[in-house]
Amino acid sequence: MLELLGAFVGELRAAGIPVSTTEHLDAARALVAVDLMEREVVKASLAATMVKDETHYAAFDLAFEIFFATVPAGALGEDAGEGEDGDAASGAQGQAGQGGGAGGQVSAEELAEMLFRALRDADQAALGDAARLAVTRFAGVEPGRPVGGTYYLYRTLRNLDLDALRARLMSAEGPIPPGSLAERLARDDAQGRIEQLKRAVQAEIRRRLVEDRGAAVLARSVRRPLPEDLDVMHATRDELAAMHRALVPLSRKLAVRLARKRRKGHHGALDLRRTVRASMSTGGVPITPIFKPPRPAKPEIFVIADVSGSVASFARFTLLLVHAISSQFRKVRSFVFVDGLDEATRFFEETQDPHEAVMRINTEADVIYVDGHSDYGRALTLFHERYASDVSRRASVLVLGDARNNYHAAQAWVLDDLRQRARAVYWLNPEPQGYWDSGDSIVATYAPHCDAVVECRTLRQLEKFVGTLA
Amino acid sequence: MTSRRAEVEDPLGLDHVREPRFGSPDEVGAALAAHKYLADPQTASVVFLADRLIKPVLVEGPAGTGKTQLGKTVAEALGARLIRLQCYEGIDESKALYEWNYRKQLLRIQAGQSGSDRSVDWHELEGDIFSDEFLLTRPLLEAIRATEPVVLLIDEVDRVEVETEALLLEVLSDYQVSIPELGTLQATQLPLVFLTSNNTRELSEALKRRCLYLHLSYPDVERERAIVLSRVPGVSAALALRIAEVVRTLRQLDLRKAPSVSETLDWARTLVVLGRDELDDETVGETLHVLLKYQSDVDKATKELLGNRA
Repeated sequence: MLELLGAFVGELRAAGIPVSTTEHLDAARALVAVDLMEREVVKASLAATMVKDETHYAAFDLAFEIFFATVPAGALGEDAGEGEDGDAASGAQGQAGQGGGAGGQVSAEELAEMLFRALRDADQAALGDAARLAVTRFAGVEPGRPVGGTYYLYRTLRNLDLDALRARLMSAEGPIPPGSLAERLARDDAQGRIEQLKRAVQAEIRRRLVEDRGAAVLARSVRRPLPEDLDVMHATRDELAAMHRALVPLSRKLAVRLARKRRKGHHGALDLRRTVRASMSTGGVPITPIFKPPRPAKPEIFVIADVSGSVASFARFTLLLVHAISSQFRKVRSFVFVDGLDEATRFFEETQDPHEAVMRINTEADVIYVDGHSDYGRALTLFHERYASDVSRRASVLVLGDARNNYHAAQAWVLDDLRQRARAVYWLNPEPQGYWDSGDSIVATYAPHCDAVVECRTLRQLEKFVGTLA
Repeated sequence: MTSRRAEVEDPLGLDHVREPRFGSPDEVGAALAAHKYLADPQTASVVFLADRLIKPVLVEGPAGTGKTQLGKTVAEALGARLIRLQCYEGIDESKALYEWNYRKQLLRIQAGQSGSDRSVDWHELEGDIFSDEFLLTRPLLEAIRATEPVVLLIDEVDRVEVETEALLLEVLSDYQVSIPELGTLQATQLPLVFLTSNNTRELSEALKRRCLYLHLSYPDVERERAIVLSRVPGVSAALALRIAEVVRTLRQLDLRKAPSVSETLDWARTLVVLGRDELDDETVGETLHVLLKYQSDVDKATKELLGNRA
């Protein structure tokens, strides 16, 4: 057990979760205290002692499923299956023994019926059995192949006809008038059950892969970075959703930190009147100088974001983050461009829902001039023409984009001029530093005219940068 | 079970004061349920471990999921006294740990001077004014010095500054408080400690390392239904299920503020007061504002749930 725990901790660390030695020890002590046969309790114990951040749970769950899969799901699952109705249980046992053998004893209709009943009754044991059958029948797991199982999952689910299953689940309790609240509720309910099925199938596939190749190897091939370390430009849809969720607490934390930082740090000018007053009690000697409370000015922020396809999701995150903490700035103005330029501030002002604002930017902002390929030079010139006079010493200008200019003119003098007017000009680039200046990227042309060019690929990097602004 | 407990090493050397409070996670769940707190298996396991491993529990999660309530209910279930430290920005030692009652000390000194016997020994006096009598205990010290069973609840710990967090560390890891004039005060019983945080800032590694971590998220439909049933008198089982389902759907929408468990309960009470036994479209439309706190959320939810008719 200790060895297993050690390997598990190693995997957590490899996934990016910081587990200290003390926490490792705590986990070991916790395992002594609890009943090891209860999988949920073991899982809760490990999570409580080693994972101290909610956003890390997904990575933990994945690792736990891989490292602690074989024992309970195989051994206990089959015991539970025996009590079920005749053909299902015998089918499950017959095939589970063979592992990746070709299925055939249960017809597709019978399987669908089993799944339906298991889902309707929320019967976990029956669901596990059905998932096992489904995987045996459809996934076609080939031993020895170095894969993470995504394709097996896809193949199994494709064959299960989930839409029909969902429809049956929805109408299980009688017909429902379309368009009503009841229909909506039933749909969400059915969807929740379908998700359970997907998880069961995925767990079963993982279990087989672990049997085949061992936990450590599999863990390495399915490992994904934590939400805050994900590359914004290459995240999948689910991962983007996870990052959106992570953005909310992140912006709140950032706002608190900025507010505190501004209040502390340095103090204001000497308050002569109060210092002299205080000196009365020490015979006129000003022993304790008293300062005025600090009132540092909040900075203004100008965001100029490239929203063309390649970097759109990065621009979206940055705009969301900056506007989410806009109370920490005197003013936030955002501009979006592709080869035309439009001010986007109004979208954020008109609605309280920042996601809606971002959506309206996508649909309503007037950013296309000719062909819809980024033209940084033109966008910068347009900005300079229309808004440069608004940029004051208090303002920080952020340019977001990969500086892939499609071989248009750079017009870097605009940045120079803005830098004269503003407090600082920063360039945030969502591309890894190694790609800069390759192809049509002209970061190097702009870089000398900026105060800093920052690589900003992940939420963590973005948070760190925005934290330095105020 | 008993043999197993003996194997758990006790790094604090506090075995003499240690009396396991719960036999198993299930027992925790049952004890909490008896006081109308329906804990999920994870919560029960963590509370069980907190007792066994003598570790504080750091509870995080969205507002209104029962973080503070967990601490209170554990206290109730154990019949222990609840000592609560509400944290705020700017809280310091004298509000959290202890403070010398310097007015009283001053009086004592003056009393010594004005008395007939003017030759009071200074050392005697010093020993006198720095004694228990002149010590004002604040929540943390109080929890350490209590002789009866105690549950210590440190609420909204994320509001204190990072520097002040350090105040908590000695109490949390060693269950002791060092007072320069008196020496180190060791706990006579081990309080169960709960810290809650709304996650407005990252807590320090040092604090997190000393705690077990529990994230309370929104309950699933089944548990929420059970919570509504146990907390709201007069609600029917069918209605409770419907309520839980509507709330789940709402939480899946992208709202500014998702409905919390306490708002679900408010809504259920409202429906009971209004005498509604069924959730039809009009009822939901009329009472949605109990559940959602922003007009934009209400609009969005109405559109999603009821279509264009409302």
